Amino acid sequence: MSIWEYSNPKKFMDWTAPVVPWTFGLAALACGAGLVWGFFLTPEADKFGSTVKIIYLHVPAALMAINAWFMMLVASLIWVIRRHHVSALAARAAAPVGMVMTVIALVTGAIWGMPTWGTYWVWDPRLTSFMILFLFYLGYIALWEAIEDPDTAADLTSVLCVVGSVFAILSRYAVRFWNQGLHQGTSVPVATGGRTVSDVYFVPLVLCMVGFGLLFLALVLLRTRTEIRARRIRALTARAHRA
Amino acid sequence: MIALLRRDLALALRAGGGFGLGLAFFLIVVLLVPFGVGPDRTILQPIAPGILWVAALLAALLSLDRIFALDHEDGSLTLLATAPVPMEGVAVMKALAHWITTGLPLTLVAPLLGFFLNMAPAAYPWLLLSLALGTPALSMIGTFGAALTVGLRRGGLLLSLLVLPLYIPTLLFGAEAVRRGAEATGAQAPLMLLAAVTLGTFAALPFATATVLRINLR
Repeated sequence: MSIWEYSNPKKFMDWTAPVVPWTFGLAALACGAGLVWGFFLTPEADKFGSTVKIIYLHVPAALMAINAWFMMLVASLIWVIRRHHVSALAARAAAPVGMVMTVIALVTGAIWGMPTWGTYWVWDPRLTSFMILFLFYLGYIALWEAIEDPDTAADLTSVLCVVGSVFAILSRYAVRFWNQGLHQGTSVPVATGGRTVSDVYFVPLVLCMVGFGLLFLALVLLRTRTEIRARRIRALTARAHRA
Repeated sequence: MIALLRRDLALALRAGGGFGLGLAFFLIVVLLVPFGVGPDRTILQPIAPGILWVAALLAALLSLDRIFALDHEDGSLTLLATAPVPMEGVAVMKALAHWITTGLPLTLVAPLLGFFLNMAPAAYPWLLLSLALGTPALSMIGTFGAALTVGLRRGGLLLSLLVLPLYIPTLLFGAEAVRRGAEATGAQAPLMLLAAVTLGTFAALPFATATVLRINLR
């Protein structure tokens, strides 16, 4: 008995079938509660006014945009090392979700930036890094779509994901060297634990983060299930053609 | 491996190799910029290093798909894979051949084009130095991208989509070095980082390129 047992497609389908609706439900609950609480039940911040409330979409989306890529990297490595097909399909399923999260973070940031910074876009290191992350997602998805043989596609995209991760981190620090930032630092530093945001805003924000995490999980599970089914259909049609 | 390098260089230099095309493209892109932004010399001067770097990058990109595609078509890539040469060595030699036929001539021509863009006189040595240090990285990263898309029939556009984001650090440090060199505000730091990027790509990417080639030839 090991966790690798669940990488068997049949087993994976079995245990995810009841989990997916629950994850969706919990995600809706956490997102709904966090957003309603954040939008209607928190006071307006003295420096930002009501614009502060976009944080409940912006921060969780940005968080998931980075973590989705990280999850793809882990899944790719599992595929390269242990050759579990579900892992490769999960990486493929996560990419569009991560890309949408990146777009949400960029768009909400732009909407927030206009009244606060007086511009939709600046070439700030954080903003630029996210734009670059978006390009990496685009390339990754395009490579998956371009290759016909599924195993070759999984192998090549895994290598691209690993190399891309190195270059994404490199770019992230390179743009910091290139331009000084306008974007404020994080208000919730995990490493030091000293947060500068008060509990009134923090609790709904955490709820939203948990909600977005669950939403990501639910979407990836659902999309992985779809990929497995699509592959089964392909196998069945191939078998029918041969017969 | 030396024989492979000689062969690639000979193929590129002879008729139909498209040796001059990259250079001509570089020339035209740089000469088009004044038509786009206007002939004002005070506008052209600060943007000249960036334009030269971006144009060099695009010119290098233009000849990438030729690195492996022809060898893949006529089967010599399979021969290379079975030859008693490590695949990693093949990757390095391919990148080197690409650099000698595009990166090196671009580096040598760039100062001449800087003249058209009214580049600051102090920037010329930095431009030469940064291009000489940075273009090998462009070739190596490009070789990796070319290996990724070698089996695809319409890989050209996909290749640029994959490779261009990977070019960002090289471009950034390269152009920054020239800009700081022109203003005399310490161009050494970006130059060193640029050299680090080049050395890092040559240390790591041949292995990734070889892995990808083996997958594609499977």
